[in-house]
Amino acid sequence: MFTAEMRESIKNVEATRAERMKTEPKRMAADEKETLLKAYHPDYRENGFAEIKIGPSKGGRVPAELGELLHSNSRILHEEIDLTKVEYDVDVLVIGGGGAGASAAIEAHEAGADVMVVTKLRIGDANTMMAEGGIQAADKENDSPVQHYLDAFGGGHFAARPELLRRLVMEAPDAIEWLNELGVMFDKDAEGNMVTTHGGGTSRKRMHACKDYSGAEIMRTLRDEVINREIPVVEFTSAVELIKDDKGQAAGAILLNMETGDYMAAKAKTVIIATGGAGRLHYQNFPTSNHYGATADGLIMGYRAGAPLLYQETIQYHPTGVAYPSQIFGALVTEKVRSLGAMLVNADGEAFMHPLETRDVAAASIIRECSDRGNGVETPLGSGVWLDTPMIEQLGGEGTIEKRIPAMLRMYLNYNIDMRKDPILVFPTLHYQNGGLEISGKGFTDVMDNLLVAGEAVGGIHGRNRLMGNSLLDIIVFGRNAGKAAAAKAGEVNIGTLNLDHVVQYAEELKKAGIASEEVSPLLLPRYARHER
Amino acid sequence: MQEMVNVYFYGKKYSVPADLTIMTAMEYAGYTLNRGCGCRHGFCGACATIYRVRGKNELKTCLACQTQVVDGMYIASIPFFPTDKRTYDIEQIKPTEQIMMELYPEIYSCIGCNACTKACTQDLDVMQYIAYAQRGDFEACAEESFDCVSCGCCSTRCPAGISHPMVGLLARRLTGKYIAPETKHLKKRVEEVREGAYDELIEQIMEKPIAEMKELYNTREIER
Repeated sequence: MFTAEMRESIKNVEATRAERMKTEPKRMAADEKETLLKAYHPDYRENGFAEIKIGPSKGGRVPAELGELLHSNSRILHEEIDLTKVEYDVDVLVIGGGGAGASAAIEAHEAGADVMVVTKLRIGDANTMMAEGGIQAADKENDSPVQHYLDAFGGGHFAARPELLRRLVMEAPDAIEWLNELGVMFDKDAEGNMVTTHGGGTSRKRMHACKDYSGAEIMRTLRDEVINREIPVVEFTSAVELIKDDKGQAAGAILLNMETGDYMAAKAKTVIIATGGAGRLHYQNFPTSNHYGATADGLIMGYRAGAPLLYQETIQYHPTGVAYPSQIFGALVTEKVRSLGAMLVNADGEAFMHPLETRDVAAASIIRECSDRGNGVETPLGSGVWLDTPMIEQLGGEGTIEKRIPAMLRMYLNYNIDMRKDPILVFPTLHYQNGGLEISGKGFTDVMDNLLVAGEAVGGIHGRNRLMGNSLLDIIVFGRNAGKAAAAKAGEVNIGTLNLDHVVQYAEELKKAGIASEEVSPLLLPRYARHER
Repeated sequence: MQEMVNVYFYGKKYSVPADLTIMTAMEYAGYTLNRGCGCRHGFCGACATIYRVRGKNELKTCLACQTQVVDGMYIASIPFFPTDKRTYDIEQIKPTEQIMMELYPEIYSCIGCNACTKACTQDLDVMQYIAYAQRGDFEACAEESFDCVSCGCCSTRCPAGISHPMVGLLARRLTGKYIAPETKHLKKRVEEVREGAYDELIEQIMEKPIAEMKELYNTREIER
């Protein structure tokens, strides 16, 4: 299925393979990395960003596409919504049905709270389901939560919020234990030891996995547990604005039935925003590895209600998205492919970098190879570099790919590419929002003491770059924490009179700032129908 | 000139570029997908689809996001299928042969037609994993069903009314929780953290100045 030109380039990769396998490519020094990032990482392209004109993070820098949504009108600004009629009335309202939302719901239920989940697609339609590579936890003899902290803090450019990162690494072993007890099938050896590997930027092998369906295995188990507990899940129903009360507390959300277009109100004593990421906003026109619903809805709702954003200008481009074939352009090629030994190789067959640099460095390095250095391989939609997958079979023995990364093998075989025999073409894809809504170490926002945020919608856990395997971990750790904390808090909250005044005030602020947008937000679904593009 | 093919969504003809997937072809045709679209990368099973190519008798099932269009395809998506999931308390059940009989007795009505396996969008041997479940070999059932994305195509074709993805899921949870060997190093570490073995160390590293953290990070030893 490769073109003749690609076939020619594959010969270069094959010619250098034996020699390359004898040596480990050099890792970059700190200053080398910094220069590379400034020159080639998309976060440094000024024209990709906008300034926030109003609200608690006014003056902050955000991706232009997100800025546009922040400066758009509420969907319900001109809707007549009767807040005296409440469709749902619960202790804990979880917005979002991914890994964080499901974990939160289970823990809130475990704590005895009356909890419900609303999600705009189905429960489990989330980036969690697509996470392939694994989940970090320092549970081996040569490792410790402190070492995990150091790796994550350095990998995130020393910008993570210490109190958040502390929770992430300290509660990691317990998160794995919790999942194991729920019945998640981790890769183990015959003695029960976890089979762990490196991820980019880890100093110990602490990547736990469930083949390359790690997120799927976790998500389907959590979903099953939510259903077993008979926790109400309202699907195809999107939260579009938070509701507040006369004391300024969060008090629920306005919901939109995605199929009928009807609005209704859900009242709650505590609200958890677990709405995930923003890949489907296609920042700087990048393709994305994210699921269909990743449109930053929670950030828009939370920001309109007064919650500040943190590190929203830092985006993770996964270095290895599919560059070819075009049918799966932008799909994730798990980092585990490199953990298992595949090198990144340019059109001439040269290993131009160490395969396990952190994601931002690897992405920038691939972009440099394909742009200024002119060492990329041309594809119908751009260019890419080789990921030398046949090395995995040589290093780990025949059958390693089928056993350890079956999803990748299947995805490529659909298009008649056998990654066991031929290398594959990759280019960075929009993968993760490092930033999000700001929370304290306890999981609550500072502005509303009964509003919590969990999962990818949180900013500050990872700093300005995230390591592989720390996101599956964060949705579990912060999801569980949010569920427990929300259930406890619900016992002491009294909700007053419901109102949507903040929506009106936000509109007035927009007007004062001279912003007149024709658009509405949150976006809810990307505009992919041809007439909408 | 872009090569085009004719496809039929719910019987209505559209001309679409030949290199698109069924999902992107629907969007090209003008559909705004609400149901029947999830991760778009073959992991979530939201886009179960049934089609027949004109002139051929065989009815095929696929994931719309992972399947390229072919000229003459008659396509209908299956955005929802009433799969029958039974509820249970994972703490109470045990990996015994009776548990399948209790929760999913219909698996014993399998007539061996193999329609489930033919319908599988992941090329799994579905009938085989149901056979393992019948026998109470949950580990084998878990392994064989591991790559299931719960699209439900198997269940749409089953004359015995079996909800295959749910059977596999139960087997996997039983395997993960009860059958897989216990992880001693994990239990030990959880205990250490609980007892506060790292409390002081983590406080110390949290308080270190950035310059010192940079030094520590840049000179840290990396396990080979």
